[in-house]
Amino acid sequence: MKKFALAGNPNSGKTTLFNILTGSSAHVGNWPGVTVDKREGVYKKGKTPISLVDLPGIYSLAPYTPEEVISRNFILEEKPDCVINIVDATNLERNLYLTTQIMEIDVPMVIALNMMDVLEKQGDKIDEVKLSERLGIPVIKVSALHGTGVHELMQKAIECSKEKRKATTVLENCDVAHLIGDVNIALEAQGIENPLFHAIKLVENDELEVKMHPTTIKMVDDFKNTFSDDTFGTDFEALVADARYKHITKNYSPLLVKKNNGLKLTSSDKADKILTNKWAGIPIFLVILFSLFHLTFGEDFLFLGKIFSLPTIEDLGLADNFGTALLACFYDGAVFSPGVILFNLMGLLTSTVFGYIGLGLESLGASDWVLGLVCDGVLGGIGGVLSFVPQIVFLLLLLSILEDTGYMARVAFILDRIFRKFGISGRAFIPMIMGFGCSVPAMINTRTLVDEKERTLTLRTIPFFSCGAKLPILTAVAGAIGMMTGRDGSIISFAMYVLGMVVAVVSILLMRSTTQRGEVSPFIMELPAYHKPSFKGLMVHLWDKIKHYVKKVFTVILASTIVIWFLSNFGWNWQMCEIEQSILASIGQLIQPLFTPLGFGSQLNSYGWVFVVAAITGLIAKEEVIATFGTLASIFALSGVEGAAAVNAMAIGTGITWAGLIAFIVFNMTTIPCFGAVATAKGETLKGKFRWTLLFWIVASYTVSMMAYLVLSWWWTSFIFVALAVALIFGIKLYNKNHPIGEKK
Amino acid sequence: MKTLKDFEIGERGIITKVSGEPRIKRRLFDMGLTPGTEVYLRRKAPFGDPIEITVRGYELTLRNAEAEHIETEAKK
Repeated sequence: MKKFALAGNPNSGKTTLFNILTGSSAHVGNWPGVTVDKREGVYKKGKTPISLVDLPGIYSLAPYTPEEVISRNFILEEKPDCVINIVDATNLERNLYLTTQIMEIDVPMVIALNMMDVLEKQGDKIDEVKLSERLGIPVIKVSALHGTGVHELMQKAIECSKEKRKATTVLENCDVAHLIGDVNIALEAQGIENPLFHAIKLVENDELEVKMHPTTIKMVDDFKNTFSDDTFGTDFEALVADARYKHITKNYSPLLVKKNNGLKLTSSDKADKILTNKWAGIPIFLVILFSLFHLTFGEDFLFLGKIFSLPTIEDLGLADNFGTALLACFYDGAVFSPGVILFNLMGLLTSTVFGYIGLGLESLGASDWVLGLVCDGVLGGIGGVLSFVPQIVFLLLLLSILEDTGYMARVAFILDRIFRKFGISGRAFIPMIMGFGCSVPAMINTRTLVDEKERTLTLRTIPFFSCGAKLPILTAVAGAIGMMTGRDGSIISFAMYVLGMVVAVVSILLMRSTTQRGEVSPFIMELPAYHKPSFKGLMVHLWDKIKHYVKKVFTVILASTIVIWFLSNFGWNWQMCEIEQSILASIGQLIQPLFTPLGFGSQLNSYGWVFVVAAITGLIAKEEVIATFGTLASIFALSGVEGAAAVNAMAIGTGITWAGLIAFIVFNMTTIPCFGAVATAKGETLKGKFRWTLLFWIVASYTVSMMAYLVLSWWWTSFIFVALAVALIFGIKLYNKNHPIGEKK
Repeated sequence: MKTLKDFEIGERGIITKVSGEPRIKRRLFDMGLTPGTEVYLRRKAPFGDPIEITVRGYELTLRNAEAEHIETEAKK
């Protein structure tokens, strides 16, 4: 099968084109750097199927960011049959800058001139025939969004892939053209592939190339002794970049005729005037963030219940039937927010359906252990997880809207100054907020951060931004705390989210002054124009997430609920037994003392280990925690209890206090994330850093949840922690004063 | 010599020189901030930093720390 690569600038519509060509549902966002790893798909609409690789978006083939290196190495080493270079017609000069670099590789190439719809709407015109002639490369007009021109593009690419293409360069007339020519000949004589590309990169003094060709670089160095440019001196890297842009402005830019000069106020500018306003920018961001959570978790939507002191369902004295249960999904003393309504409806649906399954099994005369396994084990576990699906999807939908419109990039812009105070750039905000959805893409996105230390820092703190799968833990346990203390559970949830962020900030500050010392990396980022998120795009995006989540429910989670049910119902002698004698109980009792200082390894009775076991199962997947609750709640209550009610029953049964429950949430939020995220972290961290990252998560979760438990149980212990913190800060300051950064190895 | 850092909102200029650390300089060049290019200061973030400029027909944000290394002259 032939293999084509898609290469282009970030935000040039590359991923949209990839999705259209492959029918895949890759994630599309509106900020630079959504595709940070290469992805593969198959184009099936032609005569023969073609494998397509979507390379990360890049501005250049310089070796400075991991994405640039990935793309460059892919084209050089994997030798695709054709490179489809996507060029955003509305941003011609900067996009063609990359084109002039890809041209220098001996690979067949086609240009997809994208965003033609936007260009034409603006009344601008482009002469693509002349552009193609001048570049010496076929140019096809497309609109990835509307899918126009894409099949012509593929046909052209197939045609091109049949012939070899010799590399060309736009640097033929620049001041170092002779040097490039000489180095090219020298490399060709050494039998090196793509000599022109390597020659130019050597002249640019490219880090990777200098290491690869230590003898040939001497030619460049010798030349430097005889040559000096008026503007650039012997800085050939700058000279070459300048020559490329000069060539582009002289030869290609005039082919684009603009209707107006581009400095008119567009609707994007008008939106920016408000959203990134000097005074209103940050307050607006906070309101949007609050609305996001209020819409998803608010148990008193718009605070209507409080304002009008609405009656509860009990006050209304309605009959106890299905209609009332349905009403209770929407309203109980307050109107629920959309997210909560979705959760309630799904809960009602699963419990009704599962109830009938249980009755059905009973009427068939199923044995006790079958009933136990199906109702308490499987359905209890899965039901607990499934009822959260709509609410999680809703949160993801809201996050996707923010992402697709381009607002996220603006948030990075307005928050950069504040983030810098903590030692990271505003760009780190993007992976962090993605963490609220899922840690895995968030961790991969840290590749867009230039500085290695900043990447490590951000990656380590991503789990603290509570992901969608941790949401059930939060809602259920916070709900139980609400039941115990008579407070609003949603406020506790919100406070826990905030606490997660605070822990992230503190750990960043701490690492920046100890193991990850250094300057904040530069912040040079494109601000894409706002656009309306397309309905199709959003749905594709969401379906991708739901698919992933539901698949997990019916595979890993289903399997492990069965295992946990088995372990909690069978003893070491492989006979069914009471839970106190079960395998799970003995394992739980063994590790439980470790968690006693954290408040959720209770010593009061023989069930004190249930929360510990739940937390441990969370290492497989965080949904597991709530599934385990569903399975274990049958010890304390009638079966079929889920979520907050299950946690409440378990807390009462074990004598664990609300402070212990808070510590439990904190522990789950800050500890080692799920299996998938750990695997991603391993792939994304530098060699040797992964072990420390794991250790960091263990230490952070243990310390913070212990502090939460102790301070909430005995307020005066806060003095001890304050004193310890002061001593720690003092110690670090003193150490850093005596060991300035420069001297560190 | 006026650097981009000293621009007022709405001001225009032509880049004459870009200096600073090689990595950052290369990045700025890659993004199209080469000598002879026109830049326009679009807006500043809350607290006056970072800034947003228009260059080669698109919007780019950078910090004052980087803008300081971009020398300009008035548009003729």
